[in-house]
Amino acid sequence: MHPMMKAWQDAPENLALVAPARPPVPTRTGVTRRDVLAAGGLVVAIGALPGAASAAAQAREGTAAHAAFEPNQFVSIGADNLVTIVSKHHEMGQGNTTGLATLLADELDADWSLVRAEYAGANVKLYANLAFGMQGTGGSSAIANSYLQYRTAGATARAMLVSAAAQAWGVPAAEIRASDSVLTHASGKRATYGEMAAAAAKQEPPKDPALKTPEQFTLISREHATPRVDSASKCNGTAQYTGDVKLPGLLTAVIAFPPSFGARMVSFDAAAARKVRGVTDVVAVPEGVAVVAKNTWAAQQGRRALKITWDESAGAALDSDALLAHYRELATQPGTRFTKMAAAEDGKPAPVATKTVEAVYEFPFLAHAPMEPQSCVAWLHDGRLETWAGHQFPTFDHMLAAKAAGLPLEKVTLHTLVSGGSFGRRANAWSDFTVAAVNVAVAIHGRAPVRLQYTREDDMSAGLYRPMAVHSVQVGLDDTGRIASWKHGVATQSIVAGTAMAMMIKEGVDPTSVEGVSPSSYELPMMDGQLHSPTLAVRPLWWRSVGNTHTAYVMETMMDKLAQAAGQDPVAFRLALLEKNPRAVGVLKLVADKAGWGRSMPAGSAQGIAVHECFGTHVAQVAEVTLKDGKVRVDRVFCAVDCGVAVNPDVIRAQMEGGIGFALGALYYSEIELKAGRPVQRNFDQYKSLRIYEMPAVEVFIVPSTAAPSGVGEPGVPPLAPAVANAVVRAGGPAVTRLPFARSGLVSA
Amino acid sequence: MPVVSLNVNGHSHKVDADPQTPLLWVLRDEIGLTGTKFGCGVAQCGACTVHVDGQAMRSCVAPVSAIAGRKVTTIEGLQSRAAKAVQKAWVDLDVVQCGYCQSGQIMSATVLLEQNPRPSDEDIDHAMAGNICRCATYVRIRAAIHAASAQLAA
Repeated sequence: MHPMMKAWQDAPENLALVAPARPPVPTRTGVTRRDVLAAGGLVVAIGALPGAASAAAQAREGTAAHAAFEPNQFVSIGADNLVTIVSKHHEMGQGNTTGLATLLADELDADWSLVRAEYAGANVKLYANLAFGMQGTGGSSAIANSYLQYRTAGATARAMLVSAAAQAWGVPAAEIRASDSVLTHASGKRATYGEMAAAAAKQEPPKDPALKTPEQFTLISREHATPRVDSASKCNGTAQYTGDVKLPGLLTAVIAFPPSFGARMVSFDAAAARKVRGVTDVVAVPEGVAVVAKNTWAAQQGRRALKITWDESAGAALDSDALLAHYRELATQPGTRFTKMAAAEDGKPAPVATKTVEAVYEFPFLAHAPMEPQSCVAWLHDGRLETWAGHQFPTFDHMLAAKAAGLPLEKVTLHTLVSGGSFGRRANAWSDFTVAAVNVAVAIHGRAPVRLQYTREDDMSAGLYRPMAVHSVQVGLDDTGRIASWKHGVATQSIVAGTAMAMMIKEGVDPTSVEGVSPSSYELPMMDGQLHSPTLAVRPLWWRSVGNTHTAYVMETMMDKLAQAAGQDPVAFRLALLEKNPRAVGVLKLVADKAGWGRSMPAGSAQGIAVHECFGTHVAQVAEVTLKDGKVRVDRVFCAVDCGVAVNPDVIRAQMEGGIGFALGALYYSEIELKAGRPVQRNFDQYKSLRIYEMPAVEVFIVPSTAAPSGVGEPGVPPLAPAVANAVVRAGGPAVTRLPFARSGLVSA
Repeated sequence: MPVVSLNVNGHSHKVDADPQTPLLWVLRDEIGLTGTKFGCGVAQCGACTVHVDGQAMRSCVAPVSAIAGRKVTTIEGLQSRAAKAVQKAWVDLDVVQCGYCQSGQIMSATVLLEQNPRPSDEDIDHAMAGNICRCATYVRIRAAIHAASAQLAA
């Protein structure tokens, strides 16, 4: 997802919600956490019970709101010396909560062990993603857009603490040292931040607080300085996910969703469902038929007892094999041009192709399958709506929840909780599970709070898939091995067409369909790119690294094919096309060096390499694979990453490790097939996931950098599949162009 | 509706539930122990792993009637030396990402170390094969089990 929201922000109807494009400098007269509470934008503490009831929530928040010092909406310091940092971003595992806290705490010179974090509610004016102009998390943008904003918030707080101490002690501010949440002066004066908090609250905030230089950082980029803020609660069962919300009288709902895409409900008979003990309501909602019960099992049993007649004629022809055949056809035909062919360089003759390398690639629909199936709690009461969920796009969820409830925005409060993964699933312009939960709450007239719980099958069958894609590529090489022509057809659904992000489409091209081919890290002036964006009844969605999930595979396996055709080493061949891209060169050379590229490997084993940029971060990987009896095993992956300033080195390593495992599972197994409009794979027995015995050893190398930080949640994913595929070929295996591997007869050892 | 007697984390509970109700939903909805997670409902992902009489069990497919009178331990009730070593290693190595599968991972790892304090990589593969982590924290899960094992040997 991307700079995408630039476009969203430009839409006139969204202007009212748009936050300032520049990081607001926190001021004391600006908005504090207490104002946020008053506005209904509750914050939720990690590991704390998320609002047992409104009253309880207010009591708990009231405690926190008495923090002695709240210089801005991002931080407060209590008399107890605890520093509370409010994360405007959604934590789905990617570690951004720790990252934002690191940025702020470093400039604050806070003691990391005293830092805790809370999650912001929906408030676009205070908590917008500065890259989007709306509140939302995605596109690996959390750290990048917050880098100056959170540091400035911390520096502001620090300056006010120092100023308070100077006043109290009658010494110049410049003589005061702040370190590990303690203020000291050479005279022997000493105070903790907590002790000075009340006095700091009375200070004028500095207009333009000085930020540290990189060498002054104490937490940012420092190894072992910032263990994750959410580890303990996730290791003892106290972390609060949506399903763990407890409210008085809370009911549970499941929905009988349409069994196929485009299906329409004709009629339903709820008599048997209503007889299931514990079932309280069976109600029609726009999404299907909701069964509401006193507990989850009763709701599920009630749903099984429903008799529903569906009209599935609309999706009857929807079939993966037929779609692929259609896409293959499309990809070879002229479509919408997505590249501008540059003329040959001045004075140089255009290269003449003497050899052609071609391939057709086929990519399936993919489900995100985060560990936590979707759920949302909705409670209509006292003319208000409250929701609890993994709200990854709070601005959309807020607007659409309000619309579904028929309430103005200010009567709707979102409580954003941690998610058990997302990989793009929870960031969608339809706010599907939030709206469905609100629809159920409306259908039972707000009689009680209700938690809508998707089963795994519900989640996996809901569409919102990484769209199927076909690439048809023909590349001409001249007699010296230079690229002379590059014809590239792509057929895939547009992810943003028909959504609030449709303004991203420029001249008929959805950039998320072709990113990684165009733009590419490589200099490929002679590319002729043609895009087809068919529409289907299946909603497409971004899936961890978006278009790069397929484009990197195409580009990086083509690079190996081309190198081979040109009789060149794959690394050398790439380097020649990357002369103007020093950061790509940097990671490629680093990973080649660390992996000992070119060294001899045991029989049946080989290395494969790939490099790719997305979301401003460059990643190169070398995969070492062993082929035995037609089975493939990835033994080890070397990974070099350049993401600018490495804010939390261990989080970066974790994201590379995880991205590699996530991508490898998809490469081996993942496919949602459609048959007669119905998704075939509905749970982990058929939609297999990588397991521990298939996980390679991973070594991550971070390029030292002082460039502004870019993201790491997604960029570890794209290079893995082509690196493995290239290694398979070099080990004597097949060149796989139809994913997943299992579909091409290549199975995991 | 029959009443089922359960022993969970050393406490007795009498639960009025359909005997076919999976233990998972009794723990979560009736007893309020929400550390045990719902992931798939078909014993494929392991997010719901608990201990029943000291053995790892997928609570999403275990009918509560079959658990009556047996000793259930959930993530909230972990007490053993192995369990504490596992939880410490998990925190020390920052294993978690989204965290949703980790209760189940920790329950499986704890049984492994209680029964085999010095597991090999193969032993780990075997014991942990039933627990999916979509964040793919497997590198650290393995490292944390070895770290916990070393701590137990110390």
